[in-house]
Amino acid sequence: MTEGLALALTLAIPFAGAVLIGVTRRRPNVREGVTLVTATALFLTVLWLLDGVLAGARPAVELLEVIPGLPLALEIEPLGMLFGLVASGLWIVNSIYSIGYMRGNNEGHQTRYYICFAIAIGAAMGIAFAANMFTLFIFYEALTLSTYPLVAHKETEEAKLGARTYLGILLSTSIGLQLVAIIWTWQIAGTLDFTPGGILAGKIEGIFVPILLALYMFGIGKAALMPVHRWLPAAMVAPTPVSALLHAVAVVKAGVFTVMKVAVYIFGIDFLAVTGASEWLVWVAAATVLLASFVAMTKDNLKARLAYSTVSQLSYVVLGAAVATSMGVIGGSLQIVMHAAGKITLFFCAGAIYTATHKTEISDMVGLGRVMPFTFGAFLIGALSIIGVPPLAGSWSKWYLMLGAADAGHMVIIGVLMVSSLLNVAYLIPVVARGFFLPAPAIDPQPASAGAAAVPANPGGIHEAPLFCVLAPCLTAAGCIALFFFADSIYRLLAPIAMR
Amino acid sequence: MILQHLPALQIVVPLVAAPICLLLRRGDLAWGLTLIVSWAALAIAVMLLHAVITGGVISYELGDWAPPWGIEYRIDAANAFVLLIVSGISAVVLPYARASVASEIEESKHSLFYTAYLLCLTGLLGVAITGDAFNLFVFLEITSLATYVLVAMGAGRDRRALTAAFTYLVMGTIGATFFVIGVGLLYMVTGTLNMADLALRIADLGDNRTVLVAFAFLVVGLGLKLALFPLHLWLPNAYAYAPSVVSVFIAATSTKVAVYALLRFLFTIFGLEFSVEALTLTYVFLPLAIAGMFAASTVAIFQVDIKRMLAYSSVAQLGYMVLGVSFGNVTGLTATILHLFNHALIKGGLFMALGCVVYRCGSASIDEMRGLGRQMPLTMAAFVIGGLSLIGIPLTVGFISKWYLILGALEAGWWPVAVLIVATSLLAVLYIGRVVEVAYLQPAPEGRVVTEAPRSMLIPMWVLIVANIYFGIDASLTTSVAGTAARALIGGTP
Repeated sequence: MTEGLALALTLAIPFAGAVLIGVTRRRPNVREGVTLVTATALFLTVLWLLDGVLAGARPAVELLEVIPGLPLALEIEPLGMLFGLVASGLWIVNSIYSIGYMRGNNEGHQTRYYICFAIAIGAAMGIAFAANMFTLFIFYEALTLSTYPLVAHKETEEAKLGARTYLGILLSTSIGLQLVAIIWTWQIAGTLDFTPGGILAGKIEGIFVPILLALYMFGIGKAALMPVHRWLPAAMVAPTPVSALLHAVAVVKAGVFTVMKVAVYIFGIDFLAVTGASEWLVWVAAATVLLASFVAMTKDNLKARLAYSTVSQLSYVVLGAAVATSMGVIGGSLQIVMHAAGKITLFFCAGAIYTATHKTEISDMVGLGRVMPFTFGAFLIGALSIIGVPPLAGSWSKWYLMLGAADAGHMVIIGVLMVSSLLNVAYLIPVVARGFFLPAPAIDPQPASAGAAAVPANPGGIHEAPLFCVLAPCLTAAGCIALFFFADSIYRLLAPIAMR
Repeated sequence: MILQHLPALQIVVPLVAAPICLLLRRGDLAWGLTLIVSWAALAIAVMLLHAVITGGVISYELGDWAPPWGIEYRIDAANAFVLLIVSGISAVVLPYARASVASEIEESKHSLFYTAYLLCLTGLLGVAITGDAFNLFVFLEITSLATYVLVAMGAGRDRRALTAAFTYLVMGTIGATFFVIGVGLLYMVTGTLNMADLALRIADLGDNRTVLVAFAFLVVGLGLKLALFPLHLWLPNAYAYAPSVVSVFIAATSTKVAVYALLRFLFTIFGLEFSVEALTLTYVFLPLAIAGMFAASTVAIFQVDIKRMLAYSSVAQLGYMVLGVSFGNVTGLTATILHLFNHALIKGGLFMALGCVVYRCGSASIDEMRGLGRQMPLTMAAFVIGGLSLIGIPLTVGFISKWYLILGALEAGWWPVAVLIVATSLLAVLYIGRVVEVAYLQPAPEGRVVTEAPRSMLIPMWVLIVANIYFGIDASLTTSVAGTAARALIGGTP
């Protein structure tokens, strides 16, 4: 197998999987089997490519040429490799979880759900490995459109409203701002290829640099920079596995990943640093970090709180790009991975709680930790990782981000990051503390008497969620710990882009 | 021998077939003949385009009368492309027409319908192929008269088709009158009607007020024909109440041909410099195009009848085409010519999907669309893809048009216009999105049981939809032809 072929396969596998899922729609067990096999095959393919990329290879493949000079092409570089690994790896875990969740809650339209999921992952792969901004944009839109049915999944009025906000904001920012930025770039630079060092140096100057950057940054609505973050809380009407993989990992990470790509390969870090074009972005990102944390504290709905927490955490990555130093880039890129592991754990736990008890509000979750120790244990680990406590994954990204901010002379940003950590403590830890340390309300819990397959809403028999639903958060929580110790290998993967 | 006469055959074959259709009297025979003629016209158009691209401009003297006295058919990349669009759409529409016409028009009128259809086709091809200004007027009138009849035939389904046809008749006649006055004034000062000859003599005349007045009359006349905002009032009702097949055909072709005629007059006859100096491009076309894009898209959002909604969307899309013209650069003009083709594919596909809905449900109102996503999955899937193309999502033809249009705006240095272009795409998201939401997320009305449309309608529809994607993924053919055509037009030599 050549590397070019493997690269094309990373796109082909999920889309073929989507077709097969449709074919096997009448037999749910086979259908879910297809999902798992597809996810595993995809992850192995991406993993197979990793060695070469670590050794410095940059496999590339051109699919077709849409307009002369504007091809659909794929090329792997370290940043994309990282995002590809995260998205494909977590898809496996998430598929296991999906099976437990969708069956546990008797959700309808499961075939449509799994098909859209596979397409969304395929689009995420396209974003990860895009060789130019045009290809990236195409898959960016594909990701938006394929996740729309997932957000509207429940088909209730609330779901439709949420989905409308979701599609409205993501499409209007991407077509209204990002596309203009892309065509503008094409017009002045004559290329859209991701080139180390950027393609814009010397082609554009003065006030236009920050304007173009703003078109990109707000045009990449998936990065949820305030004030274009509204779609993310709106998307929380989706089933929890969707929120977990797509709105904590694939979609939002595709957003901040695009931000990184634009900063590193379109503008070029040095160009940004010299022109100071990203100065304003530092402050917008810092404001988003803090404001979103404040909003998160006011939310009683667990998923809404996690959503705002995501908005806040995403801006860490934007900060990393905006300070325009190599440590900032490393920190931002690490944050893509570390936050993914932590946040998906938290969402898995939220879904497990919902499946077991049908509770969505944090104030109702008092005392649940005693009956669902694994779920709440995993939640604790995920939360501590997000806060940035060693020895958990999140501590590394904060470490490098602070180094990056210090390099750029932004001492205030270090303060912002520290305050943000405190705010994280304030809105995440109470969930766990109330679960473990406060006694449950009097009507709850009677001794768990029902069998393992009891109806989840059974008020007398609260116990752990189905096995699949508990297994997934435990795995990702373990991942949070493991990533702390493997941060070095990720650093080595990323070093070439930052140390040029 | 026969190859030499291809330009004449392009017109003569459908023209002769029209009265034969009338004599046949039987609807199915008339349909068969029309089908064969359409496919023959497409074959001729393909050969002509090939000949033009490989061998350069074709000049054909009708009846061996040498121009500028005789009528000349003059074919370059621009009009060969338009011929291909018109005949190609016709060739796809006709297989679709049989079932649709049978359900919407009473049987005794079928042969009349196909006669009018062939005349309309003849007229459209004639406008595109001719190199003579007055001959262009004649063909324009053949098209318009045939279209009035075709629109009025929608009366079987909805009596409002009659008033729509009447409005169109009045507005269309005013447009034709303006046009012919313009041509008359040009003849007065130059003594010729041949376009190439006109171009030379107008250049020699220098600053001449009569020419300026002729220019104004021509622009207004053609503006009416191509439904340039605010001269579009005839269009929404005509498209909405015409029989489905007619909506598909005229939405995809007739305004496009009028746009082509405008390009021919602006760039070939008067020349780019004249058009810029007359301030038409910047101060007339640009604001009107943008106003049309916004006003028509906004109105489209509130339409109950989805055919009417698409009709308003067409007015907005014509705004895009005129906008491309107004930039006065090759990229903008390329965008216009590309969009002639791409929009024909988009609107053709969308109107065909609505035709299928009308065939099964009897109407295309938004209430009727409820739950259709499950009951007519193939039709609605086609509508969704066509809609995405209309919005301009990447990998569809709509995106390619928009790409060149925005590039043209940036090249002209008008970046605020680029922002306005994308802003109107977002209005398209709204009006397409609401149909999709109703079709997929609402249950079907109680008691309505409909099935998928017949295969003879589904296949032509999907041919257009697949073309939407194909030419969106591999646009090298269309962009190179459109680029050649644009350079030929701006270069001035017809």
